[in-house]
Amino acid sequence: MSELTKKSLTEIVNLIKKKEIKSEELTQSFIKNIQKDKKLNSFITKCSELALKKAKDFDKKPKLDNLLPGIPIAVKDLFCTSGTKTTAGSKMLENFIPNYESTITNNLWNEGAFLLGKLNCDEYAMGSSNETSYFGNVMNPIAENTVPGGSSGGSASALAADLTPTTIGTDTGGSIRQPASFTGIVGLKPTYGLCSRWGIVAFASSLDQAGPMTKTVEDCALMLEAMAGFDEKDSTSINKKKENYSKNLTDKIKGLKIGIPKEYRVEGMPKEIDKLWENGKKILKDSGAEIVDISLPNTKYALPAYYIVAPAEASSNLARYDGVKYGFRSSKGNNLTEMYENTRSEGFGDEVKRRILIGTYVLSSGYYDAYYLKAQKVRQLIKNDFDQAFKKVDTILTPSTPSSAFKIGEKKDDPISMYLNDIFTVPVNLAGIPAISIPAGHDSNKFPLGLQLIGKPLDEQKLLNIAFAAEKKINFKQTLNRWWEK
Amino acid sequence: MSIDKDKIKHISKLARISLDSKKTDTLAKDLSSIFKFIEQLNELNTDKIEPLSSILNEPLRCRGDVVNDGKIREKILKNSPQKNEEFFVVPKVIE
Repeated sequence: MSELTKKSLTEIVNLIKKKEIKSEELTQSFIKNIQKDKKLNSFITKCSELALKKAKDFDKKPKLDNLLPGIPIAVKDLFCTSGTKTTAGSKMLENFIPNYESTITNNLWNEGAFLLGKLNCDEYAMGSSNETSYFGNVMNPIAENTVPGGSSGGSASALAADLTPTTIGTDTGGSIRQPASFTGIVGLKPTYGLCSRWGIVAFASSLDQAGPMTKTVEDCALMLEAMAGFDEKDSTSINKKKENYSKNLTDKIKGLKIGIPKEYRVEGMPKEIDKLWENGKKILKDSGAEIVDISLPNTKYALPAYYIVAPAEASSNLARYDGVKYGFRSSKGNNLTEMYENTRSEGFGDEVKRRILIGTYVLSSGYYDAYYLKAQKVRQLIKNDFDQAFKKVDTILTPSTPSSAFKIGEKKDDPISMYLNDIFTVPVNLAGIPAISIPAGHDSNKFPLGLQLIGKPLDEQKLLNIAFAAEKKINFKQTLNRWWEK
Repeated sequence: MSIDKDKIKHISKLARISLDSKKTDTLAKDLSSIFKFIEQLNELNTDKIEPLSSILNEPLRCRGDVVNDGKIREKILKNSPQKNEEFFVVPKVIE
């Protein structure tokens, strides 16, 4: 394996800018690693030829003042890429080739990057272990038969295994932060509206948000800078000035107040995670921050409210898959309605069907008030909790997940225990605020564990700065035996 | 609340998803346990709480009602599972 692929994105960009390496050499090194992806199964589509052509074109006329000059990037297969298959991990879209490009990927390409491949994910981003993809389970590079988390599991695995220098995912209830935590990488869910949702296969529109997944906090700042920005094609896009997250990155966090919510100390949480959290507090205190105990009283209601809101929006968003305009169509059925019913029965997997049915039920006549309206009220309470907390503190520190990565199949047959994985990440999506997960240590199995920092709306810079300071002191080291290459 | 097989049949009809009887059984079991979990929310009194309808502080933008795209019929038809030169083709609707 080339040492080049182990480097951070920032290091690679600097090497390109100093003309010490060419984009072609860089792209070749990643392609070489991707050829051994079989056991990880992190790629759905490999774009090796296309990427090499783009790399050669770049080397002929290098534009070095961009943020991502000549950088190949593989992305979650939920972002529409013009001319390249976009499956959302579903049989329904197995052969779907968009004729348009998502705003987020377009922003990356405008900064000099190009597409290296499309990464596996849970079907329609519904899952926490990457076991719901039509294209098979993704394995975690840390150990065989271990899940990478989900839904951005392919993104997390590919990045941790050095198959792409950086990547992007989407986060509806933790789908960036939970896999980041399980694989020992950095993952950021931005403020709702900071990154355009246009051209991303929709799951739950009021919760979905794209964000960077990177090896370091510095890389994360660079990627967010390239991704963020106003987009008139997304009616929920926030119109504000672009920020220079990477240039303004600093580890000076003296005097900042960090809140510790007592409700996140949940029953049955492993001691190792408690220890990790304590250590996080100590590190930030040593960096000059002030630790403040806070309360987010409605935390325990976030997950049940999420399992009303997200499926409701999903059932509505996924109504478009009817076998008429694009995607899979069943050959069975004697009339239009039967064609719809068979198409959706054969085209969607079990988890997607489960969520469509929950959503259809909570929105159906006679049940709307009891479920959907109730959940929207609880969502308001969750948001109020954060608003109150942020009057006292700048940022909130919590563990990213209640456990480390688990074995394939361990939770597959118990939806509730699977859903509980997102207990620390879901409240943030309901409130539309930003949060970052950084690798912070290992458990006794040497599996990575993450800490989460939650910020005020549009306060990404402060989150990145605190994460940057913590990262330096934590000095997390990933050790992989590269079992999948053997 | 427990969700029985008849309810699953009704919802799956609304959602246009056909299910065999084995799937219907499994889903009735799954949804019953999920709704039991969801119904923790009933512990909370939300009588005086306004439902959150948008997490953005500003109202949604509307664009001008002008044609900004078009003449892409070919591109759009390209991904269709069944089509003729100009239209999507579906099973017969009118006898």
